[in-house]
Amino acid sequence: MAAQIFSAIFVIIIGVGGCVAYFWGANRLLDLIFPSRGVSGGAAINNLRRQGYVRPWLFVGPALIILTVYLIYPMIATLWLSFFDRGGTSFVGLANYEWAAGDHDLRNSILNNILWLAVVPAACTFLGLIIAVLTDKIWWGTIAKSLIFLPLAISFVGASVIWKFIYEYRGEGQIQIGLLNAIIQYFGGQPQVWISLPFWNNFFLMVILIWIQTGFAMVILSSALRGIPEETLEAAVIDGANPFQIFWKIMVPQIWGTIAVVWTTITILVLKVFDIVLTMTNGQWNSQVLANLMFDWMFRGGGDFGRGATIAIIIMIAVIPIMVWNIRQANKETGGH
Amino acid sequence: MAAKTGKSFIGRFGVHIAVLVFVTIWTIPTLGILVSSLRDKDQIVASGWWNSFASSSQSEAGRLPAASAQTQKDGKYVIEGNIFGDGPKREISAFGVKSAAPTQYKAGSVADLNDGVSLQMNADGGFVLSSPKAFEGDRGQRVYFASSAPPKFTTDNYQAVLFSEGIGRSFMNSLTVTIPATVIPILIAAFAAYALAWMRFPGRALLIAVIIGLLVVPLQMSLIPLLRLYNGVGTFFGVPSKTYLGIWLAHTGFGLPFAIYLLRSYIAGLPREIMESARIDGASDFEIFVKIVLPLSFPVLASFAIFQFLWVWNDLLVAMVFLGTAPDQIVLTAKLNALLGSRGGNWEILTTSAFITIIVPLIVFFSLQRYFVRGLLAGSVKGG
Repeated sequence: MAAQIFSAIFVIIIGVGGCVAYFWGANRLLDLIFPSRGVSGGAAINNLRRQGYVRPWLFVGPALIILTVYLIYPMIATLWLSFFDRGGTSFVGLANYEWAAGDHDLRNSILNNILWLAVVPAACTFLGLIIAVLTDKIWWGTIAKSLIFLPLAISFVGASVIWKFIYEYRGEGQIQIGLLNAIIQYFGGQPQVWISLPFWNNFFLMVILIWIQTGFAMVILSSALRGIPEETLEAAVIDGANPFQIFWKIMVPQIWGTIAVVWTTITILVLKVFDIVLTMTNGQWNSQVLANLMFDWMFRGGGDFGRGATIAIIIMIAVIPIMVWNIRQANKETGGH
Repeated sequence: MAAKTGKSFIGRFGVHIAVLVFVTIWTIPTLGILVSSLRDKDQIVASGWWNSFASSSQSEAGRLPAASAQTQKDGKYVIEGNIFGDGPKREISAFGVKSAAPTQYKAGSVADLNDGVSLQMNADGGFVLSSPKAFEGDRGQRVYFASSAPPKFTTDNYQAVLFSEGIGRSFMNSLTVTIPATVIPILIAAFAAYALAWMRFPGRALLIAVIIGLLVVPLQMSLIPLLRLYNGVGTFFGVPSKTYLGIWLAHTGFGLPFAIYLLRSYIAGLPREIMESARIDGASDFEIFVKIVLPLSFPVLASFAIFQFLWVWNDLLVAMVFLGTAPDQIVLTAKLNALLGSRGGNWEILTTSAFITIIVPLIVFFSLQRYFVRGLLAGSVKGG
């Protein structure tokens, strides 16, 4: 373990030192190759121009290499691999996609993912908005917001344990140590094994993600709400609008852009949700989702890279519309700067 | 904006109540594992954690020793002992001998059973059963009693989990993964962000678009080719394919788009005049970056560092793909996942382990919340 700590510290020093050395050294080298001082005026201007061509690439170079190796190349390779067999060696054409079209587990995962997509972003945004509006009105709003925001710092695995404890089931008549079943039993209901109830278990898993992400929606929307001009609200009050009208007709339309951002951010997160399903059910009882199914295929029986890659492509296809929308928004906003 | 809606007393009261309900729902789950992790492990299964501050009382039933245990005392036949035997002692408040009236007699009092037989049971579980005639039969007298155990809090669970379940080691592994994976991307991203914000070069707009596109690319797209690449590199050089170096670089790669995006939008917003006056004074881009941009960017660098720290610390997927599951490599999240499988019913272990995994993020989060929120706002409202 000492060796491990030592190597971690060593890497921090090497990594940071290496970065500094690279940036400083490359920059220095450039100054030496194209000197701008101590040469004649014309040469200096020429050299400065040449420096101007090269220097940006020295600055973005390391980032570009890492992005290429870790994101751009793998994207292309995943697409490529989806046309190959389990070992990734022989070309099988569209066989993986044909399998995907007919596979029962995969269809079930897609349906579950659609269910997640329909519920989680909507629930987070809606709850986040309500809490943002309510906490703005009270003196202890900041504390309340902090507490609701807190689960965002908790890992999905940690959150799964927390909620698994809430869903814990003991046989009927026994003392329930899971909060949900204890409440149900207190009111005379039947305790249930919540996470193995087909179809409904999806919702019990979604609750975990909603619990985590509502704080995110709340913070973003709360700051957008503060940006609403006072005058519009005052005018509405003078015109005799009630709180609900003010909320729906004055506030919500003005923060529509932010709502869309929150919604899409959570949508992407939902498409990638993996940890919660793995730790709660591992896809049993019809609760499988795409990201967990892909992980399963990556390692099941030594791994099937072709099918795993195909599932990754399916997730990617779902993300592409949001990606295009994001790029267009960003271009519009920065005007290419 | 406040107070303009909901002017009435009832309206304001309602708002307080509503927020209180939300806060309660959002805090109770975490509170549950914190309280449970500090409870005695026998109590965790005996009562819900919400009862842990009260003495946990329960109705129990037991059987006194059979006739063979009797002794003769003062002309009476007596069976003596303690109902709890050698097990953990609880406090008895009442007892009875009929299932219909299990708490008929107060602890310490003498119950008259039929035929001159009497039973006394004390609060500590000690009992005396005496009779003028000899006891018969090989089944002892059935007794019922209400017992209560005082609330018992302990840090035993933490000791057990940290040292014998391997959570302590995993904690170190998590730190080993997280700190370099947080530090390395910062400088790389900062240089790239400066170039993308303040230097003119062909392909810049395209690069920015690519980075914004990469922001949303699911991790899943990278896993299989990188796994193959790592295996290939491992085989080629004859080194293990699952190494800390591998996961540091992987986290650096996955964190870079967000880092560059976040830093670029901040650095692009720095005042142009500062840069230009420095340039007129003869400073090169490198000097401007190191002496002006880096110090001014401290808040956004802190924001990113917090994000990356939380994301790497909380990550399970990347760790499961790029690190092994042996004790010297397994990180906290993966360990917790493994414990869920192997220690499914041992809530004292699970709640304690879970609390240890979330305590570091919670500390980081509470002490640096300001930077975290700022990063969140900059990262998603602008453009994204």
